[in-house]
Amino acid sequence: MLEPTPISSMNNETVIKVDNLTAAYGDFVVMENVSFEVNQGEVFVILGGSGCGKSTLLKHLIGLKDPAQGTILILDDDMGAASTEERNAILRRIGVMYQSSALFGSMSLIENVILPMEEFTNLPMEAMDIIARLKLSLVGLTGFEHHLPAELSGGMQKRAAIARAMALDPSILFLDEPSAGLDPVTSAGLDQLILSLRDSLGITFVIVTHELDSIYTIADRVIMLDRRAKTIIAQGAPKVLRDTSDNPWVRQFFQREPE
Amino acid sequence: MPKNPLTEPVANLRLDPSPRGLDIFLSGRLDSHGVALVWDQATKAARDARHEVSIDLSGVDYLDGAGAALLTRLALHARENQARFTMQGLAPDFQAMVDMYDMDALDADSERKDECSGLITGTGRLAAETWSNMRDLVAFVGEASYALFSALLHPGRVRWKDVITTCEKAGFNALPIIALMGFLIGLIMAFQSAIPLQRFGADIYVADFLGIALSRELGPLITAILLTGRSGSAFAAEIGTMKVNEEVNALITMGLNPVRFLAVPRVLGAVLVTPVLTVFFNLFALVGGALVIRSFGYPVTTYLAHVQNSTHTGDVLGGLFKAMVFAVLVAGIGCQRGLNTAKGASAVGESTTSSVVSGLVLITVSDGIMAVIFYALGI
Repeated sequence: MLEPTPISSMNNETVIKVDNLTAAYGDFVVMENVSFEVNQGEVFVILGGSGCGKSTLLKHLIGLKDPAQGTILILDDDMGAASTEERNAILRRIGVMYQSSALFGSMSLIENVILPMEEFTNLPMEAMDIIARLKLSLVGLTGFEHHLPAELSGGMQKRAAIARAMALDPSILFLDEPSAGLDPVTSAGLDQLILSLRDSLGITFVIVTHELDSIYTIADRVIMLDRRAKTIIAQGAPKVLRDTSDNPWVRQFFQREPE
Repeated sequence: MPKNPLTEPVANLRLDPSPRGLDIFLSGRLDSHGVALVWDQATKAARDARHEVSIDLSGVDYLDGAGAALLTRLALHARENQARFTMQGLAPDFQAMVDMYDMDALDADSERKDECSGLITGTGRLAAETWSNMRDLVAFVGEASYALFSALLHPGRVRWKDVITTCEKAGFNALPIIALMGFLIGLIMAFQSAIPLQRFGADIYVADFLGIALSRELGPLITAILLTGRSGSAFAAEIGTMKVNEEVNALITMGLNPVRFLAVPRVLGAVLVTPVLTVFFNLFALVGGALVIRSFGYPVTTYLAHVQNSTHTGDVLGGLFKAMVFAVLVAGIGCQRGLNTAKGASAVGESTTSSVVSGLVLITVSDGIMAVIFYALGI
């Protein structure tokens, strides 16, 4: 009766499958022939220099942009072919933290976290209140429930954004540049948070970043995009790539060499 | 992982009260759907339970944040009643997850900020806000006047490209709406006044009335109102967004005065185009009037002669002067509200609203003042 649950146990169930994706703005092709898979419970990092299309790829994964060619399967559902309703059902099972945290400025933190629950569940207010407090305590923001986002530091805003992204207990969390603009201590704290959420809640993370330090700590696997090649130029564990890759662009990135 | 939680079996709750306490059996999926079904019943039972609350979770096959919240609530009720709380049978994976959540975080109930303050506090806060708004406004008027005068003294330092952009956005792009409004208002006014005047056989004097009313009052006034809605609000939103994005701070740290850089070109642009827009408005309103007069059986030449006889150059020039004053006020208040924007998206909305409201008030007040001055000067 007890079905085997994937929580906190790494297995090879694929939650995201990108097949032969071509991304383009009008006629301008950002990347082509991009294929990769993300497994359940993995911390998967999308890497690359500025302008290589990291954020564009993320927009495709979270359904803000439709692929010019190719398919994207999120939790076995095809985002491109899904109807609006199906798409919303998929989107409810993923959480996104945007680069600028994108908290709603006119609402307190707890209202920000409660908002998606209010819209998508039938939970009583008392329950949503408790869930929101638990999520905020998870990211270390106990005591700040009734503050407005503008009253908090950048790092706290990012953590609040993670709490909001987790409101509906998503299976996948997408983070766009989580450590951009944070001090090393806060950034390291965020890395720990990501790892502990993965270990205890079994959440799959897809992270766009170019912070080398944080990549070594958190990433199980990385893919590296390049502006010139317009596709994936390397994939694997970050330390292995750093030590063994013979692609000059990959080495350049990991050695922090100027062009 | 199930594809659709809605089609899966949801949570089940069984309560078993006994003299020594309460046994709760939870099974199924404790996700947001399942928890929503059992929440009220379970928490109510736990609130009334004494001595001992024990929860059996061996039938639970899924649990997430919502489930953890339910367990937390039950535990807190037990603690409030000083009952012993035990939980058993939860799969270790889920147990680890429940442990992640810090139940004590809820005990340290954070103070909700006092939003609804008393009458006296409210009055004081409003007064302080009004006072600081007035101060900002006075400071802006000073700074803007200084910047405008120095722009007149050193025309080379004005950003003429921005002035021209403003002329295009606030002037040229407004022509269709100005023409339409002018035509319709001329038509309506002429029609409404011609009908009662016709009873005295005085319907041709509608032409005199139109000429004076448009050139002295309505032309500048309605053009300025349109400018407030179309451009004053746009200035406030544009500059307000720049303020929120710290672009205004970037200007300041580059040593560029935001008033000179952002406000002066907009105010100059508005001052240049508003008289032109007023002329257009009057022209189209007269066309509308002509149509009505023509339909009452008078030749257009008679109409034009009446307009020419009644309307003096002073009326027209006075009206255009008014239009320029309105333009300074409307564009100025738009820029000022934009530069005064606080943080956040809602602040931009507030500045935009306030720019339109203050713009309309300023137009009306200054119109009254100018009416008195013009009367005293005999214009």
